[in-house]
Amino acid sequence: MSTLSERILGAVAGEYVDRKVDRAYAHDGTGVLALEAWKNMGGHRLGKKSEYYIQFDHIAPANNSTTATLQHELRDFATRSRMHFSDVGCGICHQLMSEGTVLPGEIVVGADSHSTTPGAFGAFATGVGATDMAAIWLTGETWFRVPESVGVNLTGRFGGAAEAKDLALTCVGRLGMDGAIYQALEFVGEDAHNLTIDERLVLSNMSVEVGAKAGLFYADEVTVRYLKERGHDVVPQVPEPCTYRQELDIDLADVVPLIAVPHRVDTVKPVEVLAGLSLDQVFVGTCTNGRYSDLARFARLVKGRKVAVRTIVIPASAAILKKAIRTGVLADIVEAGCTIGTPGCGPCIGYHMGVLGEGEVCLSTANRNFKNRMGVGGEIYLGSVATAAASALAGEIASPEAA
Amino acid sequence: MQGKGIVICLPADIDTDVVIAGRYLRTKDRSIWITHVFEDLDPSLAPRLKGAVIVAGRNFGCGSSREQAAIAIREAGVVAVIAPSFARIFFRNAINIGLPLIEADLTCEEGSTVMFDISEGWVETDGERHTIHPLSPRMQEILKAGGLVEFWRTHP
Repeated sequence: MSTLSERILGAVAGEYVDRKVDRAYAHDGTGVLALEAWKNMGGHRLGKKSEYYIQFDHIAPANNSTTATLQHELRDFATRSRMHFSDVGCGICHQLMSEGTVLPGEIVVGADSHSTTPGAFGAFATGVGATDMAAIWLTGETWFRVPESVGVNLTGRFGGAAEAKDLALTCVGRLGMDGAIYQALEFVGEDAHNLTIDERLVLSNMSVEVGAKAGLFYADEVTVRYLKERGHDVVPQVPEPCTYRQELDIDLADVVPLIAVPHRVDTVKPVEVLAGLSLDQVFVGTCTNGRYSDLARFARLVKGRKVAVRTIVIPASAAILKKAIRTGVLADIVEAGCTIGTPGCGPCIGYHMGVLGEGEVCLSTANRNFKNRMGVGGEIYLGSVATAAASALAGEIASPEAA
Repeated sequence: MQGKGIVICLPADIDTDVVIAGRYLRTKDRSIWITHVFEDLDPSLAPRLKGAVIVAGRNFGCGSSREQAAIAIREAGVVAVIAPSFARIFFRNAINIGLPLIEADLTCEEGSTVMFDISEGWVETDGERHTIHPLSPRMQEILKAGGLVEFWRTHP
C-alpha cells in the first residue's frame, strides 16, 4: 500500500524516477537565473509537456533600476514564450497556484522553497533552484527521489486562540529544522478534514521548515468544494493504509499560541513566555498568512481600536485584496492605523516595504526568522495572525488569548 | 572525481540566508556573491575559502532555494562541502552548478587536510578513510559534466 507521495509519483520510496511536471512556476527572484541557465543550455523553445508560470512577487514593484532591468528581461521572455505571466501586484506565486490552478494528483514544481504550499490540494508540490527550473523549461520533466513520508496525525479541534500557524509551529518545534529532511509530510488523521483550505495551505507551506520535500493533504470534500467554486470538477483521493517512516500525533486541542524566536524556526515558545517584549514592527502577510481568512481575523481583532506600533499588512494576492476591499476588512485594518502593501512577498526576504534596521524587533506572520533576513541587525519573531493582532494593539508581544 | 583541500568547520543548520544574504541577490554579477559569501555568519570567512573544504553539521543549506548560495561557495574557491545531511534543494542546486557535495559524518578539525574521491566513494582525513553515502547515478553524471547546464548542452 502506498503513501500519497508514492501514489502520485508512481513508484516506491527510495526509487529515482523521471516524471513529467504538470505545472512549473518561477518568480522574479529565481526566474532571472533560470533564464540565464536556460539560454546557456541552448534553450530556444519551451518543453511541450508542462504548463509554465512566471509570477512577479519578490520585489514587486521593482525597488531600483537594476531590479527593474532584470525584471524587464524576464517579463519579455515570459510573454514572448507564452508562459502564464502574473505581473507586479497579482500576488505571491504559491497563492496564485492555489487559487484554482493546482489540482489533486498533479506533480508541481516551483523555483522557490515554499513550493510545498499547493500540496494542500493533494498534489505533489516541491521546490527546486533556478537551474533545475531551466531544465524543466527545456524538457517539461525532472528527476525525483521518491520520499519516505512522515504521517502527521491530526485529531481534535483548535481551542482558545490557537490557529493553523500555531499548529505548524508545533510541528516544526517537535520535528526540528531537519526532522523530515529528504521526506514528505502527509497530514492525515480523523480530523484533518476539519481544516479549511487556508489552514491546510499554512501547514503545507511550512513543511519545508522541517526539511520536507513536500507537505500533502489528501483531496477530500473540502478540496472538491473549493475547486468546484473555481471551475474544476475533481474527485476526492481515498487514503489507503500505508507505512510511514515516522508518525507524529497532534491533538489540535493541545495546540497553544506559539512564537518562533530568532534565529531558528524550530525554537518555539508559548506566547506568554515572551509577553511584554517591545516591538518596532508587526508584519501580517506572506505565503504563510496573507490570505483572506487571515486578513479577516486580523481585522476582527483590531476593528475600532488603534495599533500601538507600525503595522504592515500585505494581502497575498490581488484576489484577496479585492475581497478585503469589498467586505470592508481592508477599511477596518486601515482605520486601526495599519498600512497596506502591494500584494506580494513584502519585507519577508528583506528587499523592500518594511526592511528592519539595526536592533529593530519585528513580529511577523511569515515562515522564517533567519539572522538578518528582514534587514541587518533586525530580529524576527514568528507568530500567528491572532498573536500579531494582539501584539500590534499592545506595541509589544501579547497573548491573543486576552484579545 | 577527486579533490583535496584545507578544512573549514561550520555548525549544523547553515541556512542559505547566511550563505548569501537577500540584499545581494539582485544582480548577475558573481563577484558580489564571492565578496559577501557567509558575511552574516562570519565576515572573515570569504577570503579564506579558496582551496577549502567546508566540513559542516547536519542540514547544510536549509531555507531559501536561492542558487546563488551554491554558486557563491563554488566561485569563492571551495573544493567541496562535506556534511552528514544537506537540505534537498541546496543538494540539487550544488550538483547542478558543479559544486561537489559529500554526505559523511566527520569529526571536524579546522585546518587539517581532507581528500576525497566521489566516484570511488571515500573521504580521508588524518590518514583515516571513511565511506561516503554515494550520489545517485544521475547526480554523478551531472557533476561529471560540470553541472546541469553542461549536461543538457551535451545531451540534447
